Amino acid sequence: MAKHETPLLDQLESGPWPSFVSDLKAQAEKRAKNEEGIEFQIPVDVVDDLLGVVELSYKHGRTHWKHGGIVGVFGYGGGVIGRYCDQPENFPGVEAFHTMRVNQPAGKYYSTDYLKKLCDLWDFRGSGVTNMHGSTGDIILLGTTTKQLEEVFWTLTHDMGQDLGGSGSNLRTPSDCLGQSRCEYACYDTNALVYFLTNEYQDELHRPAFPYKFKFKLDGCPNCCVASIARSDMSFIGTWKDDIRIDQDAVNKYVENDPAYPANAGAHKGSKDWGPFDIEKEVLALCPTKCMKFENKKLTIDNANCTRCMHCINVMPRALKIGKETGCSILCGAKAPILDGAQMGSLLVPFVEVNPDNDYEAITEIIENIWDWWMEEGKNRERLGELIMRQGFQKLLEVTGIDPMPQHVAYPRTNPYIFWKEDEVPGGWERDVDEYRKHHRR
Amino acid sequence: MAFISTGYNPDKPMENRITDIGPKDHNEFYPPVIAKNKGKWSHHEILEPGVLVHVADSGDEVYTVRVGGARLMSTGLINEICEIADKHCDGYVRFTTRNNVEFMVDSKDKLEPLKNDLSGRKFAGGSFKFPIGGTGAGITNIVHTQGWIHCHTPATDASGTVKAAMDVLFNDFQDMRLPAQLRVSMACCLNMCGAVHCSDIAILGYHRKPPMLDHEYLDKVCEIPLAVSACPTAAIKPAKVQLANGKEVKSVDVKNERCMYCGNCYTMCPSMPLADTEGDGIVLMAGGKVSNRISDPKFSKVVVAFLPNEMPRWPSMTDTIQRMVEAYAKGANKYERLGDWADRIGWEKFFEVCELDFTHHLIDDFRQQAYMSWRQSTQFKF
Repeated sequence: MAKHETPLLDQLESGPWPSFVSDLKAQAEKRAKNEEGIEFQIPVDVVDDLLGVVELSYKHGRTHWKHGGIVGVFGYGGGVIGRYCDQPENFPGVEAFHTMRVNQPAGKYYSTDYLKKLCDLWDFRGSGVTNMHGSTGDIILLGTTTKQLEEVFWTLTHDMGQDLGGSGSNLRTPSDCLGQSRCEYACYDTNALVYFLTNEYQDELHRPAFPYKFKFKLDGCPNCCVASIARSDMSFIGTWKDDIRIDQDAVNKYVENDPAYPANAGAHKGSKDWGPFDIEKEVLALCPTKCMKFENKKLTIDNANCTRCMHCINVMPRALKIGKETGCSILCGAKAPILDGAQMGSLLVPFVEVNPDNDYEAITEIIENIWDWWMEEGKNRERLGELIMRQGFQKLLEVTGIDPMPQHVAYPRTNPYIFWKEDEVPGGWERDVDEYRKHHRR
Repeated sequence: MAFISTGYNPDKPMENRITDIGPKDHNEFYPPVIAKNKGKWSHHEILEPGVLVHVADSGDEVYTVRVGGARLMSTGLINEICEIADKHCDGYVRFTTRNNVEFMVDSKDKLEPLKNDLSGRKFAGGSFKFPIGGTGAGITNIVHTQGWIHCHTPATDASGTVKAAMDVLFNDFQDMRLPAQLRVSMACCLNMCGAVHCSDIAILGYHRKPPMLDHEYLDKVCEIPLAVSACPTAAIKPAKVQLANGKEVKSVDVKNERCMYCGNCYTMCPSMPLADTEGDGIVLMAGGKVSNRISDPKFSKVVVAFLPNEMPRWPSMTDTIQRMVEAYAKGANKYERLGDWADRIGWEKFFEVCELDFTHHLIDDFRQQAYMSWRQSTQFKF
């Protein structure tokens, strides 16, 4: 028998898509029965009360979680988000319902041994409710009490070799696509780089010293499966410098509509029949730079004019491969609208090597130069993108020591209001007005 | 419920403390076939919706079955995922950026038993636990935020709006009939923890009323200068206010007509709540993408300025999303993303074919971005 009536939420149990309501109800029941005899360290009916408070939000059209609640683990300024219910008398099980962000492994691969240990811990010391995963990428453990925080942290670090993620004005938990682990398009090992950066910058991740949040996201190729270009202050997107590798026999298999060579890797094998593959229409005509030709059964690419958009490779993955001289581009300043409107990442470094042998020094140097500038100049709650807007892209080039190049702009400026520095103008700005007046009457 | 300690001693918090060890090393978690062939993959193919094969240069193959899941997940369900992974996948599993779960097997004969196992499992309420799909030219799982489950600033629920939307989009989760992939994303307030601003279709929770002022407490719980500087439109200024009991307190004054309800002041100052039953609801955006494929990444555009919160299933929202998806499925060329299609036919036609009303709220009036979106041409369609 459920603790609270939930007539509104109950309506979200029907329909084919996995129902979080059904899942929560099953979890509430499991805790109530407690067949495994767990000595629950937070209220047994926490999930019942969660359902109750969410039902109330469905009735009121408003959240019932209070603003704020500063809790955490000793020595860390992030990783825990305090949360209290504003109706504690009606829902005592969720009076305190804090979140812990657990730093997810690169590529979000898991062994079941690990996941089961995590579940045991969260059944014992938390609500048994999670997000797999939060928007930034962490494993989110939802709902525990203040007294359990250190205990959970102790078990995570001592028994599981696992740290918390970031929250607040910190480096947020870096995240990546699965990269070379299972993708032929990946131009560098995103898993290795994200693991390195996360460990290298543990201090920045756990101790708030920044003006606001800072996000790294790593995409293995310009397809951008983790959306780094739209939602990270620094976005690392794999790319290559040399030529696309072509297997002409395989190209012709696509042209001949060989069933083992489905266009777009089979992505259109749905209920709609798009007709036979047409290389002219589906590849050459859609190439944004029109740098490809197919004549006499031979595909040629004018690589110097290719912008590596990935379309042709995506359409014919058995015939076309990324180049061999691979690395990544770095873009800066992406963010969601708060505060000054949405921003896309702007290209800062067209190409940088991704080299684990020297601890990725080409990359860390850029990161640290940017942080030095942002920490010095950034205002409270000002994202990197907003600082770039305020002080100018030239300033970003100056602090990173990067020479300006046409790749930095979509087009050159349309206004001639150019700011010159005094030392760029012969003779400087200080002049003698009396000398001037000798030749120019008032 | 006796308290059981792990060994942590609050009197000596530094004793035996382990910190800053980072995440688990992913190399411990790769399935053997992945570890063996990392960096040496030749190509992949989507065999059917939700089922992929990746072929390595060595000739090894890995078959992946992708299933959707509610992002909110109990340990009971995760244990069930583990049980399946133990039974079929040698104890390994992975999650995708879009909250799908991927089960991998290293040979084709292990595929059918895995698929049958996954599609046979249902929740007591009747929904699938592990629906197979979310690949290719279809709709994958909706990434979303916390909503009323856990957040203090949402203007709508996240899990519920997503469940309602995915129920109506379910066929396109399990099919690949669309011109290209279509990414739907959800964020429950303008803070956009989910950064939905570059999605083919974005569901966004939105407040429409300026903050209330809890004058009696404001100065006690807030740094007034922080609240003032938090406002991107400079609508907030310090003020002295006389309470009903005659006492004068320091507080703030809000110029309501300047407020665009971003809630940033509330984040800085809990005495400025703005949630409201009628004021809050949904904005729909469309036409964004993050991929560099063919065209540049682009922002989503606001196509519906407001829809009310209609709990529990948000029918106006799901109907509108469905209309956009159908119009796109009908009108776009193969490989054309929703935003590229709208750009090609023109946004005036987009509103026509999607049967959406165009209102003054859809004309940008926020800072310099606004000008860039007005039409400076006579090239338009009637």
